[in-house]
Amino acid sequence: MLDQTPATITERSALKVNPAKTCQPVGAMYAALGVHGCLPHSHGSQGCCAYHRSHLTRHFKEPVMASTSSFTEGSSVFGGMANLQQAFQTMFALYDPEIVAVHTTCLSETIGDDIPTIIAKSRDEGKIPEGKVVVHANTPSYVGSHVTGFSSMVAGFVKYLAASTGTRSNAVNLVPGWVEPADMVELKRYTAAFALPTIMLPDTSSVLDAPATGTHAFYPKGGTTIAQIRAMGDARHTLALGAWASTAAAEQLRKQCQVPFEVLDLPIGLAATDRFVSALASLSGTAVPQAIEDERGRLVDVINDMHQYLAGKSVAIWGDQDQVIALTEFCRDMDMKPVHVMTGGHGQAFEERVKALLADSVPDANIRQQGDLMLMHQWIKNRPVDVMIGTTYGKFISRAEDTPLVRFGWPILDRVGHSYFASVGYTGGLRLATQLITAIQERQDRDAPDHALELVM
Amino acid sequence: MDLLTDRQGSVARAGDGRAIVAGRRSVAGSVSQRACTFCGSRVVLYPIADALHLVHGPVGCAGYTWDIRGALSSGPQLHRLSFSTDMREQEVIRGGEKSLAHALRVLIGRHRPACAFVYATCIVGVIGDDVGAVCRTIEAETGIPVIPVASEGFKGTKKDGYAAACGALLDLMGRPGAGGPTIPKSVNIVGDFNVAGESWLIRSYLERMGIEVVACLTGDGRVDDIQRAPRAALNLVQCAGSMTRLAKAMRDRWNIPFEQVSFIGLEDTAAALYKAAELVGDADTLARTRELVRSEMAAVKPELARLRTDLEGRRAALYVGGAFKAFSLVRALRQLGMRTVMAGTQTGGGDDYEHLKSLVDPDTIIADDTNPLELAAFLQSERVDLFIGGVKERPIAYKLGIGFCDHNHERKIGLAGFAGMVSFAREVHATVTSPVWSLMPRQRVAP
Ligand code: SF4
Ligand code: SF4
Repeated sequence: MLDQTPATITERSALKVNPAKTCQPVGAMYAALGVHGCLPHSHGSQGCCAYHRSHLTRHFKEPVMASTSSFTEGSSVFGGMANLQQAFQTMFALYDPEIVAVHTTCLSETIGDDIPTIIAKSRDEGKIPEGKVVVHANTPSYVGSHVTGFSSMVAGFVKYLAASTGTRSNAVNLVPGWVEPADMVELKRYTAAFALPTIMLPDTSSVLDAPATGTHAFYPKGGTTIAQIRAMGDARHTLALGAWASTAAAEQLRKQCQVPFEVLDLPIGLAATDRFVSALASLSGTAVPQAIEDERGRLVDVINDMHQYLAGKSVAIWGDQDQVIALTEFCRDMDMKPVHVMTGGHGQAFEERVKALLADSVPDANIRQQGDLMLMHQWIKNRPVDVMIGTTYGKFISRAEDTPLVRFGWPILDRVGHSYFASVGYTGGLRLATQLITAIQERQDRDAPDHALELVM
Repeated sequence: MDLLTDRQGSVARAGDGRAIVAGRRSVAGSVSQRACTFCGSRVVLYPIADALHLVHGPVGCAGYTWDIRGALSSGPQLHRLSFSTDMREQEVIRGGEKSLAHALRVLIGRHRPACAFVYATCIVGVIGDDVGAVCRTIEAETGIPVIPVASEGFKGTKKDGYAAACGALLDLMGRPGAGGPTIPKSVNIVGDFNVAGESWLIRSYLERMGIEVVACLTGDGRVDDIQRAPRAALNLVQCAGSMTRLAKAMRDRWNIPFEQVSFIGLEDTAAALYKAAELVGDADTLARTRELVRSEMAAVKPELARLRTDLEGRRAALYVGGAFKAFSLVRALRQLGMRTVMAGTQTGGGDDYEHLKSLVDPDTIIADDTNPLELAAFLQSERVDLFIGGVKERPIAYKLGIGFCDHNHERKIGLAGFAGMVSFAREVHATVTSPVWSLMPRQRVAP
């Protein structure tokens, strides 16, 4: 009964069925949670904010704090200036944040509220206390996706805060892209292994994976500090991971503070991690540490050991652009066949990149930007796959088509682990590879007739 | 703790003689636990399983409400899909009526629903799409009711969303062919959403008593049943906050009396069933009701007594959507030997809070539309053992080392009726006595 997807694909415009993306503000909220002492503020009606917080909580199983301008009918006519001014007073009086990160919503964008002007006015009128920081990003959801909102908010922090003192430091900026708290920890471990002084923005580790302590920290201990963001302007280089999520901030740093940058893929899987590692090696001028070489060796070893289970297995992948590109390359490199590759986000460049990745191995792959899960389901009905990689929303397809789903991306609402175990780097790749192998082997076991059930695999 | 000056009217203690100023909007800038009008409408109409629910607006609003409620259907599952007009910049500039019409045509053609609800989100209200006109056009084309739900988030609170949903239901009931002569010994269950199958349980009680359930509004709902609803002899209103308005309108229009009841807790469930028997039944109904209550009570009492021994004297806090749920929970907790030391709601009214105060022990904190800082402070200062709330509150309780029970729509276990009381007690018992609390530091304010 849950399967209500017709197999025949017809052209649909202006209609999404089972969307494969969420909206900009939730991305801005996620980014802002990665700044220490920051209260994300949603400038719009209170519903959006409640939904975004709930969704983040469902994914991370953590408290998520954010305030709202609580628009009324009046604000929708006269604009939200009064609400935002009142909001500043409330926030600083009640929650005492060090920094407030304002993002807009569809509503305030459509009304056309001019946030910088409101911030300036509030500061003049003393509604923002001395020494407190307010930044903003425009995040209209009728453009782009949660990744756009994330990217704009990170760039917003840079825009308001990063400054060059004229003296270059030895530090390297790292914009991690849309990854989990555990990934952020792992990325820091990598740069530390190369002894590279690093400023990472944002950093949601120790925020959205906070330990149980018996207290509720309104502002958990993690997050990039304001001082660190300021210092990004003096860094000698920026590494931006994931073109969609991180280019904007890197570009802003170059424009504003002349920090050169390079954009890499998210270091998910073998080849992408290789490129990340060689970037770190060349930045640090040191050889790759043995420990990291060993981790790489282990990943290669497991892929070898299990090649017979992976080889030729068809896979459907959906999610955010940066993640899907990296996953596609990784699956291809493990000799799997990514036959359906989709993002709910936008970008012609996504289709081109994936096409190039699969040109030799799967020239007839279905590739689509701005897709939805109805389309993905239709693709799978027409060309079944061995395994799927994607969000919790693939659960319905998994049931309908009796196909295993390895959960990856945003959001995961029905499992835990994603925020605690990294997927980036070689060890992260090992985790992903074992998840895929396990899914495939469990399916083989389940389907095997008695005589063919193997004890040793 | 220091309350924001603006919040002082929203928090009181039972017995302190201060009235709660309720029904206000959250203060701008607060970390409100509240949702919007759209959320209220969606919650009420969502369980109608053979209807098409199309969210007109940008993709987000639809995405966040995709299958997040455990409102079960015994048949069609159309309500569990997420349909959005995915409004883009183009539509924001030029209006979204065309794409709305297109989406409706495609979806009605494909899924053949019994009716369609079109939810207007904030942006639609601002750009001024005439959703009503589009609905009329499509209705004329397709022959099914196509009903606009004016649920723009900024128009008010969740309560206003309930009102918009009630309007949509009335619209359905008022269609030609709907209604008819009154069915003797019959009721509608109003305001139960079949979370974890609760409507099924309540329906089975009533049927065992010899009472026909004409429609459940809206748990496991079907358009046909809803259109028959005006034929019931009585409306049993369970979620009073959301549905009293509908019951009043049905009384005015079809002379159907209504009764506010609750199926949470043994006392309330028994009272509700007796009320129904008394109002629409006869001597036989009453006898059957007595028998049912007796046997159900007998079945659950030993288990409740066993669980109560561990729960006696423990302290509970609750923050729930509506006031009536809070009333029932206070009584149900008392039945388990527990004391409610804080009670708050998202949508309660002034009178509700007065009633709540009369139910709880003196000194209990009563709060309207609270926020996490306040909540965390209350949980600690009142030395709470159990917190009952929704998705956003759960992790706060856990961080503080306090047991938690979800009494909201994300819960998986039915808590209504006699059997539900046992499930509730087991859940409360499991979390309050969880061995995990001994593994974590618990930093409570000294008594
Ligand atoms: S846009 Fe309006 S309707 Fe949609 S979630 Fe936000 S407040 Fe609710
Ligand atoms: S109105 Fe826009 S910002 Fe708010 S939930 Fe909907 S899509 Fe997201």
